[in-house]
Amino acid sequence: MTTATIFLEAESVSREYRLGETIIRAVDAVSLTVEKGEFIALLGSSGSGKSTLLSMMAGLDRPTAGAIRVRERNLAELGANDLARYRRETVGMVFQSFNLLPRMTLEENVELPLRLAEVDRHDRTLRVGEALERVGLGARRRHRPSELSGGEQQRGALARALVNRPAILFADEPTGNLDSVTGEQILLLLGEIQASLGMTIIMVTHERPLAEKFANRIALLSDGRLVSDGVQR
Amino acid sequence: MKTRDLSELAVRNLREAVLRNSLTTLGVAVGVASLVAMLSLGVGLQALASQRLTRSGLFDAVFVTSQRNFRGPGRPPSAESKPKQNSRILDEDVRQQLSKLSNVTEVYPQIRFVTDVRYAGKTESTAVLGLPDSSRSSGAFDGITGAFFSSPSAEEAILQIDFAKVLAEQPASLVGKELILRYAERAALSKNADDEDLLDSMMGSGKPGGISIVPREKKLRVVGVIESDPSAGIGGFGGARVYLPLKTAEQLHVAQPDDLQAFLSGNSAKPAYMALTVRVRSPKDVLQVETAIKELGFATFSLLDATKGLRLVFTVFDLFLGLFGSLALTVASLGIINTLVMAILERRREIGILKALGATNLDVGSLFFAEAGVMGLFGGLFGVALGWLIGRALSWGTTIYLHSQNLPGVKITYVPWWLAFGAIVFATAVSLGAGLYPAARAARLNPVEALRYE
Repeated sequence: MTTATIFLEAESVSREYRLGETIIRAVDAVSLTVEKGEFIALLGSSGSGKSTLLSMMAGLDRPTAGAIRVRERNLAELGANDLARYRRETVGMVFQSFNLLPRMTLEENVELPLRLAEVDRHDRTLRVGEALERVGLGARRRHRPSELSGGEQQRGALARALVNRPAILFADEPTGNLDSVTGEQILLLLGEIQASLGMTIIMVTHERPLAEKFANRIALLSDGRLVSDGVQR
Repeated sequence: MKTRDLSELAVRNLREAVLRNSLTTLGVAVGVASLVAMLSLGVGLQALASQRLTRSGLFDAVFVTSQRNFRGPGRPPSAESKPKQNSRILDEDVRQQLSKLSNVTEVYPQIRFVTDVRYAGKTESTAVLGLPDSSRSSGAFDGITGAFFSSPSAEEAILQIDFAKVLAEQPASLVGKELILRYAERAALSKNADDEDLLDSMMGSGKPGGISIVPREKKLRVVGVIESDPSAGIGGFGGARVYLPLKTAEQLHVAQPDDLQAFLSGNSAKPAYMALTVRVRSPKDVLQVETAIKELGFATFSLLDATKGLRLVFTVFDLFLGLFGSLALTVASLGIINTLVMAILERRREIGILKALGATNLDVGSLFFAEAGVMGLFGGLFGVALGWLIGRALSWGTTIYLHSQNLPGVKITYVPWWLAFGAIVFATAVSLGAGLYPAARAARLNPVEALRYE
C-alpha cells in the first residue's frame, strides 16, 4: 500500500461516551487504512462500535482520541463548517432506515444535497435525473417515499448519496431493513456503481455472508476494537 | 444554501404542519391586529381633531388688530401692549397689503356689530357677524338645519339656535322666513361750501370731511339654524347669534367703533375694521406670516402654541396605545417560540439528515429562522388587514351611535401607509426575534443523536 493510494487513514481512534459516572468506550484505539476504490465491510455484532467508527469517518462525529485523515486532512481538527463541507463534497451516505424526507418527492429528496451545495438549478435537474436513472427509478421521481417499496426507497437513498459525485460512500447497514433478495440487489447495484465510478465504499453490516460476497476487504470489530482486517479476493 | 432555496424549504415545511402553523400565524395576526387597531384609533382621533380644528379656521389663521386697540380679553394694558399713538388703522389698503403676503390665501375683516332684529312683531337685540364663504367648509355647519348661504353676497341669515328659540318656539320653522335687521349705517361726508367753515372750525383746516350715522333696515331670509357657534373662541371675538354672508355685511356699511378713530385721524373716507382675519396656506405657515404682519406694525394673535400642545397629548396617547397593542404581539411571539421548539422535537431526525447531507449549522438555523420570519410576515399581513377591519367596525359602530344621538357620523380610526408597513415590519422582526432561540437550538443538534431519534 503506497501513500499515494491511501484515501482514508484512522489512527488509534477512540470514542468515549459519558453516562453519569460511567464512561463507555464505543471505539477503542482503532487504526485502519482505506485505499482509493476499495469496498470495505466493517463487520461486527450489535454494539461492536462499527457504526460509531463509520460516523466518525463520515464526519458526523469526532473521535475523543486519535486522528482520522482524509486526503491528509485530520477530520478531528476541522471546524464545524469545514466538516459540513467535507460531508457535502466528499461523502455520500446511505442508512439502514433510508432516511428519505417523507414530505418530499423522490426527486426533491435526491436534489437536497445539491441545494445545500448551491448547485445551479438547471444542473440540479440534470444531475437528479441522471442519478435516478442510474438506480432505475427514473419513472418514480414524483413519488413520495411512502409510495415506494423498501428496496426502491434504498435505491432512492443511494441516488441521493451519489448525486454529489462523492469520492467515498458510507453505507450503514444498507440491507438491514430489506429482505434478503432485495438486500442482495442493493449490494449488486452498489458494486456496479463502485466499478463504474471507482469510488471508495465503506459499509457497516452484521451479515457476514453479504460482506463476504460483495466486499473485497472485511474489518471485524468486537467491543470497540478491530480484531481482524483482511483482504478477501 | 441560497436564499431562494431556503425560502422554498421554509414555506414547504410550514405547509406540512398547516393547522399548527396557521394557528401560530393567526396568533401573530391577532397581536398585530390589536396593535394596528389601537394605533389606528389614536391616529384617527388625532386626524379627526386636527381636521376639525383645521376646518374651524383656528389653526391656519392669524388675527390682526391695530396696535391701538388690541388687548387680550380681561387683561389690563401692560407697558408692552400700551396703545401706540402712531400705529396704523386696519382699512382696505391694509387688507390689500396683507393679502399680497406670501402663503396668505384670504384676508377678511371682522365685521361684528350689536343690533336689533325684528321678527313677527318681536324686537330682540343681538350680535351679528359676517362670515366669509370659506366658513362653509369649517365643519361648524355640518349639522345645520336648512342650508348655508346660497351665495357670498346673498341677503340671507343663519341663526344660532339659542337666539332662534327666542324668536320662535320651533327654531326649524324659521327657515325660509324673513326677519328685519335694524342697524346704524356709516356714511362719509365730503366738504361742501356750506359746511366748510363749520367743519374747519371743528376739525381744523386741511382735515377731510366728517362721517354720518344713518339708521337703516334690511330684510334677510333665514336659510339655516345651527347648534354651535362658529365664531366662538377666536381671540375672544365670538358670541354672535346671527350670521350674514361677509360681503352682505360689508355692503351694509355698519358703523364700527374704529370709525371714530379713523375720522379723527383724517381717514374717514375709508372704512376701518376692528380686526382682520388672515388665512394662511397651512398651519406651518402661521409663524412666518405672523412675523411679517408684526413687522408691518400690527398686533397679531394665533393658536400656534395650542397646536403644539395638542400634538404632544396625542403623541403620549399613541405611545400608550402602542404599548398595549404590543403586549398582544409579545404573547403571539411566545406562540412562535413554542411552535418552533415543538417543530425541532418533531423534526430532529430531519435535522440529522440535513446535517449528514452537508448542511451547516447556519443552514439549519437559517431554515428555522426563515420559518419564523415567514410566519411573522404572513401574520403581519393578515394582522394589518384584520386591524383595518376592526378599525372600520369601530368607526361604523361609533357612527351608528352618533346617528342615534342625532349627531353626524365620524371616522375615528385611520390606518396610514406607514402604520400598515411598520406593523408588518415589526411583526416580522418580533417573529425573527422569537425564532432566534429555536434556530440556535436546532443548529446545535448533534447529527448522530438526531439521526438516532425515532
